[in-house]
Amino acid sequence: MHTLQDSLTPSPTMPLSTGETSRERRPAPLIFLILLWLSLLIAVVFLLTLIVNIVLEGGSRFGAQLFTEYPASSPDRAGARPAILGSIWVIGVTAVLTIPVGVAAAVHLEEFADKHHWFNRAIELNVQNLAAVPSIVYGLLALAFLSLLGVRDKNIVIGGALALSLLILPVIIIATREAIRAVPSEIRDGSLALGATKWQTTWRQVLPASVPGIATGSIIALSRALGEAAPLLLLGALVFVSFDPNGLLSGFTTLPIQIFNWTGRPQEGFHELAAAASIILLGLLLLMNGLAIFIRNRYQKRW
Amino acid sequence: MSYRSLKIAGLTATIAAAALVLTACGGQPAASEGSADGAGLSGSVTADGSSTVAPLTEAAADFFRDVEPGVNVTVATSGTGGGFAKFCADETDISDASRPIKDEEAALCEEAGVKFTEIVIANDGLSVVVNPANDFAQCLTVEQLNTIWAPEAEGTITNWNQVDPSFPDLPFALFGAGTDSGTFDYFTDEINGEEGAIRTDYSPSEDDNIIVQGISGDEGAMGFVGLSYVEENPDALKAIEVDGGSGCVAPSSETVRDGSYSPLGRPLFIYVNNASYAEKPQVTAFVDFFVESSVEVAEAALVIGLTDEQKVTAQDELATLG
Amino acid sequence: MLADTTASKPEALTTASTGGPTTPSGHPPRSLFAGRARPGEAVIKLVLRLAAAVAIVTTIGILIALLVPAIGFFREVPVFEFLFGDRWAPRFADASFGVLPLVTATAWTTAIALLVAVPLGLGAAILLSEYARPGLRKVLKPILEILAGVPTVVYGFFALQFIQATVLREWLQLDTGAFSVLAAGLVMGIMIIPTVASISEDAMSAVPMSLRQGSAALGANRMQTSLRVVFPAALSGIMAAVVLGISRAVGETMIVAIAAGNQARIVTGPLEQGQTMTGFIANAALGDSRVGSLEYDTLYAVGLLLFAITLLVNFISIRLVRRFRQAY
Repeated sequence: MHTLQDSLTPSPTMPLSTGETSRERRPAPLIFLILLWLSLLIAVVFLLTLIVNIVLEGGSRFGAQLFTEYPASSPDRAGARPAILGSIWVIGVTAVLTIPVGVAAAVHLEEFADKHHWFNRAIELNVQNLAAVPSIVYGLLALAFLSLLGVRDKNIVIGGALALSLLILPVIIIATREAIRAVPSEIRDGSLALGATKWQTTWRQVLPASVPGIATGSIIALSRALGEAAPLLLLGALVFVSFDPNGLLSGFTTLPIQIFNWTGRPQEGFHELAAAASIILLGLLLLMNGLAIFIRNRYQKRW
Repeated sequence: MSYRSLKIAGLTATIAAAALVLTACGGQPAASEGSADGAGLSGSVTADGSSTVAPLTEAAADFFRDVEPGVNVTVATSGTGGGFAKFCADETDISDASRPIKDEEAALCEEAGVKFTEIVIANDGLSVVVNPANDFAQCLTVEQLNTIWAPEAEGTITNWNQVDPSFPDLPFALFGAGTDSGTFDYFTDEINGEEGAIRTDYSPSEDDNIIVQGISGDEGAMGFVGLSYVEENPDALKAIEVDGGSGCVAPSSETVRDGSYSPLGRPLFIYVNNASYAEKPQVTAFVDFFVESSVEVAEAALVIGLTDEQKVTAQDELATLG
Repeated sequence: MLADTTASKPEALTTASTGGPTTPSGHPPRSLFAGRARPGEAVIKLVLRLAAAVAIVTTIGILIALLVPAIGFFREVPVFEFLFGDRWAPRFADASFGVLPLVTATAWTTAIALLVAVPLGLGAAILLSEYARPGLRKVLKPILEILAGVPTVVYGFFALQFIQATVLREWLQLDTGAFSVLAAGLVMGIMIIPTVASISEDAMSAVPMSLRQGSAALGANRMQTSLRVVFPAALSGIMAAVVLGISRAVGETMIVAIAAGNQARIVTGPLEQGQTMTGFIANAALGDSRVGSLEYDTLYAVGLLLFAITLLVNFISIRLVRRFRQAY
């Protein structure tokens, strides 16, 4: 018997997943389905073209030299070592700065805040707004702040980390809130009933339960920071750097900035190097996103 | 999987990451301190300024690293004007410049107590470039260039056939250095008679590579860049001959050195902060190296090297520093 | 017994004095020993509150950072000239500060990006939420996430070297130069597809199954159900997705700085080059701007305009969502 469920789930006995019987085959729903698939296909084809383009152009330069050598005036001697290390440094410091603050803010908003108080509603509104602010405005903010402090050379690790931390802070707050919200109230109530204080409940029950969600959100946010170049440009990042970063006040460059630098140069060899460095960057991003998805799938508790 | 073990895993991962970072930067000091060759110098040298001179300074930094691997040389390209602003605020050790320092800038330096030494480090033929497909513009006089680039031309001179009726009907696409650039100052001074006087409806950029990209992409394109960018990009740019009053001269190493490529042949400078030179041994070493090997470095960077006379002058200047 | 204590000891039961926090379940915390809460907890709560205040501090910081130089700018340049002037030549001797050219370039790239992102993003969203089997979703969602994760620098040079040079000029033989708003807009659109798609898809998934079943019961096929039942029901979320796409397009920097061009001019067609607001800030960053100089202030004036536009767009989005939200 032909049921409603049959209409909605595709099955081998149904001629069209459009929910029609063979008697009423009309072109419109089929065309619609084709258009939908087309839209997805265009996006996928674009992505594949991009990746193939990069791999083809950069494949020849992808080798040990890319990882161990410093930028040079000739592409045959150049490598992305300072950029790779700089990216690790900046993302590391960003993580240390932004994850504790973001998680703490989210805990406050979810667990301890009175949702009707003006202060907390203002914070919520601000978080939403800040998430939509263009990344270059964060660069302007960092530039102004460092100028205020009288810092001469603003192209330092802590400067870049500051700009990126503020950039991804709203994302981490939002993701952490989602993770905390997903923990059912029964857990909290049970803990309170056993005599724990609110903070003990949060610290020992709610937060551990939200760790997978927080980890996923943080990793995705950090991967976004990894790919950012605009805020760093304002701090004067487009510099020929031929040394490893060695401290919070050290000069630095990152992979996106190095790629920007190299693709702007005329020699074809530098374009190939930029493509090779893009492969590294994409690889890192895939790794981070993969890790986030893995954590989400493996550890996410379904309550 | 308990959350406790997840927390422990997370903690270990963080510690591992921190250890990785520390060893990564720990790898550098082993190379920088007490290395076998060179005096084992360390520290930093900051250079900023002209994007015409930057390839030269970068090449020098590159070669210098073979001699003194522990010294961190950074080369930025804020433009000649931008470089001087930083230099006179005592933020950089060396200022790359494709024109001499202006009086206002020298006054700024003096106010800030920054004493400097000017050294001619190379030569350049400021080239007028067109798209390689352009086969009608072989030689332009300074007057014609002025017609195209003068402030009055803004919005009015928009087509090649307005310059010379024999040229085809092809609209301009103009590219050139931005206002922070020494190339900009030099070009406007020589062609338009006044530094900074130029039409504003062109694509300005402090990054010469963007100019190269722009010109290579449009048949009617025209612009001005340093000669090294022309030699570096023969497929993207074509330099035309300039008639400065005594015939059409193409820019080349020879014509610049012997002065026949005028008025657009020019010297390239580095300005050295005297205090940095005296107090920072790594700056001393780098500047000495730069001047001594300026001709080889220039060759590597496709910039026109010094003539023998100029080399002697530069060494004399250096001697006044030391 | 718990109810008794709730009634008789309201003070002891609230752990903060700001009117009483509520847990997500909406009940006041019911700890019997709250009166003996450890003193360290007050400090912890203060720390948490300070962390949350960082959000407000950041916004205030942005406002101050943008306003102070901008006010300096507007002392030199009248607001009317800035907003409505059509010549942008801030760093030249014969300077002009009319921001319209930058705004037209931003408008063009944003419009082109939306023309790409909205149909394709909605198409992908409808496909994922209405038609796709769970196995397909597991494959397609990560692909969209990768699309969102590609660094914008990489996108920018792809736009310049492949889309502009190869596709537009070589294959399609279009009359365009080295840069164009079309190349930048197209690539930006693709970059925004995941944003539009994922938020729209969330909105559509939230529409209850009963609506779809009711529609099918009335004889509608899946296309009719998607377009006439699910889509309108999820409209608020879809609008939020589109508006978020707009704000991402307006704020994007690297793609336009690399591929749209450097000349600040009124853009009148997709094949032309132009400089967007973000492109101007990025390009100016390549030079040098002394703190307190007019060049520095100009940077922040444009930044303020950018920030204001983004806030406005965000505000409209919140309003739209509220207006069209259908609660189920």
